[in-house]
Amino acid sequence: MRNVFLFIRRNFNFFFFLILQLIALYMLFHFNRFHEAAFMDVASEVTGRINKQYNSIEYYFNLKKTNAGLVEENNRLRNLLRQDFLIPDTSYSTVIDSIKVDSLEQYRRYLYFPAKVINNSVTLQNNYITLSRGTAQGIAKDMAVVSPTGIVGKVVHVSKNMATVMSLLHSKSQVSASLQKSGETGSVEWDGKDPQVITFKNIPKSAQVKKGDTVITSRYSTFPPGQPVGIITDIEEQQSSNFYLLKLKPLTNFFNIQFVYVVKNLQKEEQDALEKITLSEE
Amino acid sequence: MSELLKNIIRFFAFILVQVFILHKIPPLHQFVTPYLYFLYLLWLPFKIPRLSLTLLGFVYGLCLDYFLKSPGLHAAACTLMAYLRPFMINMLAPKEDSGYNYVAPAPSSMGWSPYMVYVLVMSFVHNTWLVFLEWLQLHNLWYLAGKILATTGVSFLLIMITEVLFYRKQKFRTNI
Repeated sequence: MRNVFLFIRRNFNFFFFLILQLIALYMLFHFNRFHEAAFMDVASEVTGRINKQYNSIEYYFNLKKTNAGLVEENNRLRNLLRQDFLIPDTSYSTVIDSIKVDSLEQYRRYLYFPAKVINNSVTLQNNYITLSRGTAQGIAKDMAVVSPTGIVGKVVHVSKNMATVMSLLHSKSQVSASLQKSGETGSVEWDGKDPQVITFKNIPKSAQVKKGDTVITSRYSTFPPGQPVGIITDIEEQQSSNFYLLKLKPLTNFFNIQFVYVVKNLQKEEQDALEKITLSEE
Repeated sequence: MSELLKNIIRFFAFILVQVFILHKIPPLHQFVTPYLYFLYLLWLPFKIPRLSLTLLGFVYGLCLDYFLKSPGLHAAACTLMAYLRPFMINMLAPKEDSGYNYVAPAPSSMGWSPYMVYVLVMSFVHNTWLVFLEWLQLHNLWYLAGKILATTGVSFLLIMITEVLFYRKQKFRTNI
């Protein structure tokens, strides 16, 4: 017994190193559970405050590009306006809906909250974005995040005044998307290498795919359907399988992202509850 | 300025430079991530006790991790580096020589070539462990090898530039 103590005492430096190394590795591999630990909250409030200071300077350098993005979005939305479409005079009579109930509110599915990006990275394997909006301002976990030009990611952690978003450029991010033209659905992932290239999997070879086609979010994703995801830049035919492997250029410019919208799915709770019941009855 | 105050300022300065300058640079290539922050651990005095050096490495890495939202990744690499540092120093600068006469490792206290070996080996250790832990999530052998070499090369270059820009003259300590 005495020898054991002597051994430990003689190699105390090594054991101390080993303990610290194990703590670090535990944190790394249990990140998601650790994420919820209290001091990550405190730490993200502190780093978030520093990031905010930095961003207030950085913001001015990106104003031009931010404006360009917003103009583009306005343009897209204006083109969807109802008064831009002319209904051809083919109907026999015009029926005026006489029920004075505003039915829009009840069926509203998505609610958009604008949020400012205060920190962002593109150089790592797992990139996160920090927003200056938290639980006090209506943000919750698992909400989708979109930018004026495309999709951005998913909220993974919220503190009182800040939220961190798992960017599309994250090795674990996975988004259900479909081809805009024909509607085939697959999944969009990132391989952790080039932030300008994301991969789009599981599109059958029967689908007609061309370079330059647009890919949008599907009806089954956490994002609102029809949000632009990317443009096809490369088509790989996999010899061994019946699927294409498509390379996309993301439509969101992750290098200078400044404003995003956090999307709340108002029917999510109802949908989740219903699906849970269905699954439990199997 | 006292050595302690200098090191406290460096602690924050290196983390801020790493987070707000080096990590904001658009990547040149998928292999290249410029790392400079661990130079702080290389510049610590010779006489720091080994136990506190290891602990400092852990805390320092964790601080960077909180900014980059990857708890444990840099902490693991820094702990390993801090633990191995005394071995490297003993090998390159025997105690009778510079260890007692100078305060901290620098080209002026160790000589350029031992110092360069020291920097090269330490950044190789740091980047190997870091990239290896990242690789466990991605699995691609060429990626692993390429990234270790490229990242170490860039780190080495950055450190040498810093060394020339902020030349630290090490005073010869006399017996008082």
